[in-house]
Amino acid sequence: MSRNADNWLLKVTDLTKIYGEPNENTLALTGPEYNSNICPETDSIVACANISFDLYPGEVLGIVGESGSGKSTVVKLLYLDMEQTSGSARFMPYIDGSINMLDASSQKKRYIKNYLMGMVYQNPRDGLNFNFTSGGNIAEKLIMAGNYHVGDIRARASDLLIKTEIPVLRMDDQPVTFSGGMQQRVQISKAIANDPPLLFLDEVTTGLDVSVQAKVLDLIRELQQDLGITMIVVSHDLSVIRMLTDRTLVMKNGRVVEGGLTDQILQDPQHEYSQLLVSSLL
Amino acid sequence: MNILEVNDLSKAFHLHILNGKKITALKNINFSMKEGEIIGLTGMSGSGKSSLMKCIYRTYITSSGQIMYRSRSGMIDLVKADDHKIIELRKNEITYCSQFLSVIPRVSAVDVVCENLFRIEKNKAHARVQAKNMLENLGLPPELWDAFPVTFSGGEQQRINVARAIIAKPRFLLIDEPTASLDARTKDVVINMLLKMKDSGTSVLVVSHDEYTLAQLTDRRIELKAGEITVDQMVTNENIS
Repeated sequence: MSRNADNWLLKVTDLTKIYGEPNENTLALTGPEYNSNICPETDSIVACANISFDLYPGEVLGIVGESGSGKSTVVKLLYLDMEQTSGSARFMPYIDGSINMLDASSQKKRYIKNYLMGMVYQNPRDGLNFNFTSGGNIAEKLIMAGNYHVGDIRARASDLLIKTEIPVLRMDDQPVTFSGGMQQRVQISKAIANDPPLLFLDEVTTGLDVSVQAKVLDLIRELQQDLGITMIVVSHDLSVIRMLTDRTLVMKNGRVVEGGLTDQILQDPQHEYSQLLVSSLL
Repeated sequence: MNILEVNDLSKAFHLHILNGKKITALKNINFSMKEGEIIGLTGMSGSGKSSLMKCIYRTYITSSGQIMYRSRSGMIDLVKADDHKIIELRKNEITYCSQFLSVIPRVSAVDVVCENLFRIEKNKAHARVQAKNMLENLGLPPELWDAFPVTFSGGEQQRINVARAIIAKPRFLLIDEPTASLDARTKDVVINMLLKMKDSGTSVLVVSHDEYTLAQLTDRRIELKAGEITVDQMVTNENIS
């Protein structure tokens, strides 16, 4: 398939989120050069600023950086979990990318989230309703996207559980009775239930033991290979980034300090912070 | 027709975490490469052979100069090309095979070999048959085909490494020490596979320390010393002694 320069799925431009009351110096006085995201004049907090990138169909983009660097903020803004201070995101599946989806009405945003995106959080409790069964959680996502046929929903739920290696027998059990790795796989099933064109994964293997991590990573890689889902993967673990992503953005103090091909970021990091990150973690 | 033209390429590493220390890996590299040519890159360890390959593959950011590559869709400077363009070229035209096998864990030998092939051959069963044929030619015992390469011996890993690099028949192949740690018979198999690819038009830049491999394989040799080209000559019968 040939690609032209405009063949993006998601185009993010100058995405910025600031908490508090910034002034005109806030952006100039924060960032990696100051090793801070707190504006010294206004005490406002720059969670992320001027984030721009294009994501192509089928691509897996990694975002790495230390705690507080703004990785999750970027994902939450794009998943429409919070409102941006400024900036835009155009998303091809939503009105052919012609408008900024971040400014859509809340009803339209619900549509985008339910039909066009999936999200897997670090903590399964953020993505799953623990009062529902595992099948019920998947059904919830399907119902929100307009599927009401119980038989179809159960059939789809059991397909997804098989795909994510959860015994179908446990479809009617609550995730609270599942292990951490199983919960994470139920969360992934729910996130991909509607075949979303874009999937966000926020620190999905953090806190899982290595063998369980391996299973979750293998599942994500299979989804990527077999379904070609476009993904944004947030992680502070460079081995996760290496295994899953084509391109990587390195964030520090709310800014992208470097972006490039993942093998380049890992083998020839340019920015001081990327060099520190790679040397600390390899 | 040239497939590659490298003009005034230099590469230095700026190590901010070592107080801004600068290490020069390559300077003033100039050479061009014809389509279907096999160039052997030689020189001592640390002379810049792998750095040059990595600059071309864009694993390294070139500090200055141009790397003009004639892609199927026209000339492109690999130094300046957009990341997405590089990803596309890596999928469809350019393959880099490093000296050591580095693979995704928990993937069978056959599927590691198939990785690049799955992109063009959607029928996975067909792709796996091709991979098995290739592994058979390279003498990898069938009982290892479904095992995970992490636990393989050096020579077995090397066979996997070479097989996965060449199975999808790239247009331009960068290959680092393809015959290291192989026995004489397998070495010949690999050499013949690469020569066959050359016949079908693949251009190959190969790093090797092995005189036999170089003599069998290359049309031309470029020798690097401390990051600079010291020798660039065609291989003729006279200068193979």
